[in-house]
Amino acid sequence: MRIGIVCPYSWDVPGGVQFHIRDLAEHLIRLGHEVSVLAPADDETPLPPFVVSAGRAVPVPYNGSVARLNFGFLSAARVRRWLHDGDFDVIHIHEPTSPSLGLLTCWAAQGPIVATFHTSNPRSRAMIAAYPILQPALEKISARIAVSEYARRTLVEHLGGDAVVIPNGVDVDFFARAEPKEEWQGGTIGFIGRIDEPRKGLPVLMRALPKIFAACPGARLLVAGRGDEEEAVAGLPPEMRDRVEFLGMVSDEDKARLLRSVDVYVAPNTGGESFGIILVEAMSAGAPVLASDLDAFAQVLDQGSAGELFANEDADALAAAAVRLLGDPQLRAGLSERGSTHVRRFDWSRVGADILAVYETVTAGAASVAADERTGLRARFGLARD
Amino acid sequence: MIWIVAALVVIGVYLSWTAGRLDRLHSRIDAARAALDAQLLRRASVAQELGTAGVLDPAASIVLYQAAHAARQAEEEHREVAESELSQALRAVFAEAPQVEVVRDAPGGEESLTELSEAVRRVPMARRFHNDAVRAARAVRKHRVVRWFRLAGHAPFPMAFEMDDEPPAVLESRAGG
Repeated sequence: MRIGIVCPYSWDVPGGVQFHIRDLAEHLIRLGHEVSVLAPADDETPLPPFVVSAGRAVPVPYNGSVARLNFGFLSAARVRRWLHDGDFDVIHIHEPTSPSLGLLTCWAAQGPIVATFHTSNPRSRAMIAAYPILQPALEKISARIAVSEYARRTLVEHLGGDAVVIPNGVDVDFFARAEPKEEWQGGTIGFIGRIDEPRKGLPVLMRALPKIFAACPGARLLVAGRGDEEEAVAGLPPEMRDRVEFLGMVSDEDKARLLRSVDVYVAPNTGGESFGIILVEAMSAGAPVLASDLDAFAQVLDQGSAGELFANEDADALAAAAVRLLGDPQLRAGLSERGSTHVRRFDWSRVGADILAVYETVTAGAASVAADERTGLRARFGLARD
Repeated sequence: MIWIVAALVVIGVYLSWTAGRLDRLHSRIDAARAALDAQLLRRASVAQELGTAGVLDPAASIVLYQAAHAARQAEEEHREVAESELSQALRAVFAEAPQVEVVRDAPGGEESLTELSEAVRRVPMARRFHNDAVRAARAVRKHRVVRWFRLAGHAPFPMAFEMDDEPPAVLESRAGG
């Protein structure tokens, strides 16, 4: 099958959606499909052979942070050329509501279009205002995928219609087979994520830390991620600061080894999550997971049976749960075991098969993807001849 | 004068564009309906095959065969009920994991099971895609302009396909695996 995948966010910047698309493309290529990914990228960035650059993305404030997006005449022309050259059986657009390549492709293409909705933003004013503009483009999507039941619910509320739920994929065995690192073992709590992004929840964990350290004298915290380390520990009593170790940005291999090594993985995120891939990775590595009770997290953790949940933003509840886990090896072993079984449904073998099933459902009996000529003015007046 | 002409042209373009949009939505419904039909037929065929293969006990075979046969023969207006009954029959027959083992051990059983697991996963997918297209078309057709200018032409008002498509739990966990 010839599959075109559209990535809305810049390929140079690491991010959940980009990683998902990279892994999906590699999985499909391994199965023998022809895959081309259209993504914004700087000209100098080395790209994998399956990625086609749609030009440089422009930084624009959007949705609470600065997003690098593609729009305008040049980008639209590149989208059309890509569609024309690729001659795809199906195109798979990610995040079609973000004002970037996804939306442009929706405008420019006709034929079987699959779209994955990753984020579940609360209904915003901009979305309501843009609804009449978005709707004609979104109508062309033949199949919608939501990454979680929570994302599906918000999608249905905002845009109407329906979607199938297919979670994000993880290479479970990559994490399950990683070698634990000795210096990261023994009473360790793990945290992975941007230090300076409050919604990742490190401040909540820092507030809980004095209680955890007081109750478990041997406990340490390992933090992997970018951000200001001094500022992060500023709220902590000075004598406890050296029990927090910052590892900076870690490679994929080290991430897997870290997750294999820690006694408890803590995800104190305070909101804005629609899936929680890091929880799936932690479960793959067999790490007992302790997470805030966000809708999306509760679903990934099977409503608390594959990982412990605590009340969101409640540092005391987090501390109590962490102390209980650190002091009870049997409880941890049970969580780890249930997590490892539960996580199999997120493995690429399952997720990839489901996504392919969607492709096959929409392509059955349909013509292949083409540039949509009907939007042209000439066609509208019946002047265009085939 | 020139403003009246300009306004008429703008209205004309808008109407033409909306008609094109509706046309596209109708062909999307047709494609989605064809895909749904294909998946439903596929599911009924595998179920019927399993019902006649003699790998299940006689009671289960009869239940499955009967439901699959009814689903395939159903008239359009009874289709939703017949397909729902096939879903219920499948859930009843594959209520427990040992039943799956029995089928797997039979010659060719593994293939049939894989095919059935795929079919019961794809029917709900195809149905959601179909109903999503129906909803989008209805939203446009309810628009005042579309009704006044009869832009939908003679296309019938699209109907959603409502049925019970819950797959058997023991098959769901092995879909795609």
